[in-house]
Amino acid sequence: MSFSAKLQTVGKSLVHDSAELHVQGSALYIDDMLEPEGLVHVAPGYAKEGARGKIKSVDLSAVRAAVGVIAVLTAQDIPHKNDCSPTLGDDPIFAVDDIQFHGQVIFAVVATTRDQARRAARLAKIEIEAVAPAVTVQDALKEAKPDLLPPYAFRQGNVQKTIAAAPGQIVGEFEMGGQEHFYLEGQIALVIPGEKGTMTVYTSTQHPTEIQHCVAAMLGVDDAYVTAECRRMGGGFGGKESQAAQWAALAALAAHKTGRPAKCRLDRDDDMMLTGKRHDFHVNYQAGFDKSGRITAVDVLLQARCGYSADLSAAICDRAMFHADNGYYYPEYHIATRRLKTNTVSNTAFRGFGGPQGILFAEQMMQAIAIQTGKDALEIRKRNFYGRGRDVTPYGQKLRDNILLDITTQLEKSSGYAKRRKQIDAFNKQSPILKKGMALLPIKFGISFTFTQMNQAGALVHVYADGSVQLNHGGTEMGQGLYQKVAQVVAETFGIDVSHVAITATTTGKVPNTSPTAASSGTDLNGMAARNAALAIKERMTAHAAKMWKVAKSQITFANGQVKAGRKAMRFGALAAACKAERISLSSTGHYKTPEIYWDRATGKGMPFYYFTYAAACSEVLIDTLTGEMKVTRVDILHDVGKSLNPAIDIGQIEGGFVQGMGWLTTEDLVYDAKGVLRTHAPSTYKIPCASDVPEDFRVKLYESKGNVMDTIYRSKAVGEPPLNLPISVWCAVMDAVAALKPGTVPKLNAPATPENILKAVKSL
Amino acid sequence: MGALQFIRRGELVQIAQFAPDQTLLDYLRLSEKSKGTKEGCNEGDCGACTVVLGTPHHGGVRYQAVNACILLLGQIHGKELVTVDDLARGGVLHPVQQAMVDAHASQCGFCTPGFVMSLFSLKHEGRKVSRTDVVEQIAGNLCRCTGYRPIVDAGLAACNTPADYWHVAQAETCAKLEAIQGDLFVGDTHCFFAAPASADALAECCADHPTATIVSGNTDVGLWITKQMRAQPRIIYTGRANGFADIKEHDDHISIGAGATYADAEAILVALAPDLGGLLKRIGSRQVRASGTIGGNIANGSPIGDMPPALIALGATLHLRGGPYYHHMPMEEFFVAYGQQKRKPGELVWRIDIPKPKPNQIFRAYKISKRFDQDISALMAAFLLTVEDSVIQDARIAFGGMAATPKRASKTELALKGKTLTEAQHAALDDFTPLSDMRASADYRNDVANALLKKALLEAVGAANTRVLA
Repeated sequence: MSFSAKLQTVGKSLVHDSAELHVQGSALYIDDMLEPEGLVHVAPGYAKEGARGKIKSVDLSAVRAAVGVIAVLTAQDIPHKNDCSPTLGDDPIFAVDDIQFHGQVIFAVVATTRDQARRAARLAKIEIEAVAPAVTVQDALKEAKPDLLPPYAFRQGNVQKTIAAAPGQIVGEFEMGGQEHFYLEGQIALVIPGEKGTMTVYTSTQHPTEIQHCVAAMLGVDDAYVTAECRRMGGGFGGKESQAAQWAALAALAAHKTGRPAKCRLDRDDDMMLTGKRHDFHVNYQAGFDKSGRITAVDVLLQARCGYSADLSAAICDRAMFHADNGYYYPEYHIATRRLKTNTVSNTAFRGFGGPQGILFAEQMMQAIAIQTGKDALEIRKRNFYGRGRDVTPYGQKLRDNILLDITTQLEKSSGYAKRRKQIDAFNKQSPILKKGMALLPIKFGISFTFTQMNQAGALVHVYADGSVQLNHGGTEMGQGLYQKVAQVVAETFGIDVSHVAITATTTGKVPNTSPTAASSGTDLNGMAARNAALAIKERMTAHAAKMWKVAKSQITFANGQVKAGRKAMRFGALAAACKAERISLSSTGHYKTPEIYWDRATGKGMPFYYFTYAAACSEVLIDTLTGEMKVTRVDILHDVGKSLNPAIDIGQIEGGFVQGMGWLTTEDLVYDAKGVLRTHAPSTYKIPCASDVPEDFRVKLYESKGNVMDTIYRSKAVGEPPLNLPISVWCAVMDAVAALKPGTVPKLNAPATPENILKAVKSL
Repeated sequence: MGALQFIRRGELVQIAQFAPDQTLLDYLRLSEKSKGTKEGCNEGDCGACTVVLGTPHHGGVRYQAVNACILLLGQIHGKELVTVDDLARGGVLHPVQQAMVDAHASQCGFCTPGFVMSLFSLKHEGRKVSRTDVVEQIAGNLCRCTGYRPIVDAGLAACNTPADYWHVAQAETCAKLEAIQGDLFVGDTHCFFAAPASADALAECCADHPTATIVSGNTDVGLWITKQMRAQPRIIYTGRANGFADIKEHDDHISIGAGATYADAEAILVALAPDLGGLLKRIGSRQVRASGTIGGNIANGSPIGDMPPALIALGATLHLRGGPYYHHMPMEEFFVAYGQQKRKPGELVWRIDIPKPKPNQIFRAYKISKRFDQDISALMAAFLLTVEDSVIQDARIAFGGMAATPKRASKTELALKGKTLTEAQHAALDDFTPLSDMRASADYRNDVANALLKKALLEAVGAANTRVLA
């Protein structure tokens, strides 16, 4: 079906479907739902001390005796499978023989009130055999144990030889920290037990199907007996992709044991200690380049702190490799990763999913080459762009949609890069304490799950006889505006106002076997699935109208709430009623799978991404070389979203993603002590950006696009993760500013660029 | 003696029995079942639970945003409580809410009620607001989705809309609030919430109940309750005590009653020294500064308090009162060791006297933290240099975060004496052995303490471009 006709709903900056509820506090999150009668509350329990070692003794007598306690749950209470891992079966719901990180759950308290459950959980006496934990990547390397997961690499050419033969060489080493999701709504699940062992799980998750499966497997019942539902999350960012499962499992177990509804809501500090974060990486690399700064070969090793279990680390480290090129062509390469086991919480998905870490490496290298050679960093970057005859990635995918040079050049002009470069250099010459820095860089971000089978979605659409539409699909809403965008697609398809499309909660009872809402894919997949469902119904309605009016189906149009053919017209609702009277089904499922993509991990070649989203950012910073303090003073962004389904929502993703990524690279500093205890487990010590960290001069524009070259939903592009990478320009601008103290010497800057790390970089010169 | 009384949706609410350590957020969500106000962190750092309290003010009502998660229910005695659930009237969104919708300022929506309430209180300040004002207003509200730009836009738009219901009703509300008078004592001697109505009654109450927890803003004690889960069965709240928060200006000094909040004291401190103003804006957030008091921050002896180093450098004197007896000491003598202060049970920090800097004195204060706003300092430094003809006659230097207590750098002070400002730039600090923690390493603290000394001296001779925050 053609959609070249003028669009009525798609492409409009309509407000988020829940905006009016958000501002009144009446959007219901799980903790806001009316509590069912007899509700019990669950709190997890863990050893106060110890991060690794055998559990020597567990004394829960004081916990059982505490006021309000109804039950205390341990592994023995689990009917079937003690696991909540999304992959390898190595995440026990309750630790049994030993613990592998500080805070690992050993028991859970079920009590009448949440306060009672939390108080009781602290009364446990647990002794852990003291074994020194491997906390950092370095600790893990020293242990000489097998890595958590096998190493993996992309390789082409005789890299070492080519680097040695190159006119220029660069050698680099740095560390980048992880990141806490800090979704404002913490992890939560509410479970209502039903007849015959059924369970309804209200869960704040990006992956209801995974929750359904985890709970069913734990209880030993068929998946069909468990329904998982999520209307909205108060933020997800990857943190509720796999790691919402344990809390749903605890609530379900409590419901199973007591026969009463059960709720498990983590306290913020527990949430931050007990759930995984973005992977931190240690990077070592060498590269060779020619006299113009163009790279001849790259040899990089990315070593990830995965935590104690596999979780999603395999795919995350793979994605770091897939993005270690960013927008740059490497004629020869050895892109290697190691996935290291540490006695820390299992690191997990976080917006970008390893991609940002790979890109940060590429951009640090570009900045370092520029500093070392004394050339402008933007020139070095452009020199290395993918282009004609240089358009195949290290994983064998040929770029079909490369706009790197165009988007970068446009931003270079609109941001006044050249003029500001001169002004900054002049400022730095006369300012001994404060230094300015600037970096302009592009982003190329691969869109699709690299695990090909996950690139599918389902939807269920009902048209009622009054012409209203109920929409359901497998994607979850975490604030990104997915529900709104998909509703606009369905409204467009039926030619009705979006107000007549009722958006309903995501539930495994309506759409089964869903993929997580992740990898920026939510709209691409679910928008298509919902459109397919709507088209199936529309086809039946069209056929009936054609029959009634005795016209060809091709003459029938749906627009403005009307169905028309020539001079004949009726309301959409009237046609729906007519269809019902004629016993025509007005309900349909829809399914979509991304075409063309494939990936052969054994050979490291394929087309893992359907397309790429591109963007560019130029950031300027001011640093204090005495204290390491830093302020971002201006940011310009140009972002490609194809043909936007909703420009306001897309801009929101871009700005929000940028600020979140800026936090990762500046103020957000996860500190573990030598005992493996996370010392930054609350917003008092872990600092995400606040309003004053956002530059007052913040210019965000959408790239003028003719539309995605691939056949995506209305030729739009995914926008969830790509902008998180843009603040790498902030971090590179800090490098640039520090380097002004001693041109030609590459400062040793780690991420995040906290005042302390910036001062260290200053002192490294 | 009586019941807790407050105004809610125009009506007087009376509560005769409640747990003294019940938080306002738990009251809203668990007792009232008002679910609009959210719990994000339960420690006053994210602002998702922001509500607005109205207090009588010159015949009208002064509205201030506070964090409900670390505010005790009893603290709202005599106040009007406004929550996000109340704003839309007759099915019409409040101008702040409408502006948020129009600006696409919510994504996941969980932080949104808190932002709405922060902006509501800003709108009720009744002044023309700038972008900077809005940004400062919402420093205590964290949003993880939007990147703040649309929220700031919404704030700017909403603050320039016409008066709302609360403006119109404020004289009436003020009258209702002023009718709530007298000492409050709910409970018995073992378990009570007391809010004496006068400074004398407060001193007497504290002397009578020396084991009670004295609470002003509850911004610190709140975390004992919500995070350490330490029961606080006996609470004496200072915030109702008339005369305990008085701020007075004298010829050569200012005098701040211990119960004055940071917000109350802001104007006079800004006038005292520009750097105090800059520092004040970076202490906590609007919500914290509306509740937290300067006296409370001193009384609990936090080694990371931002104000004590500045006050010590300025030569402040601390006055204490135990029952009818008063005594005083130089501020620095109050801090004995970590968590240990020179305050006897039943005694109150009563008043702080701060000398005004003289024309030949240069005052500088610096706060170093990972985030500029609403962060706890890795270190604090404050310098008061008395300079004649470019020669340092006297130096008072105090640091926070460099030892277990806020402390003077006595050796350095001595070393600077008699040196010219330029000579002094070569001085090195040798007073502290700081620790490493999650905020900074010992090395960084040492480096930056020295750097700040140098910076103060450079600024004293007029160096430009010395701070990233203009």
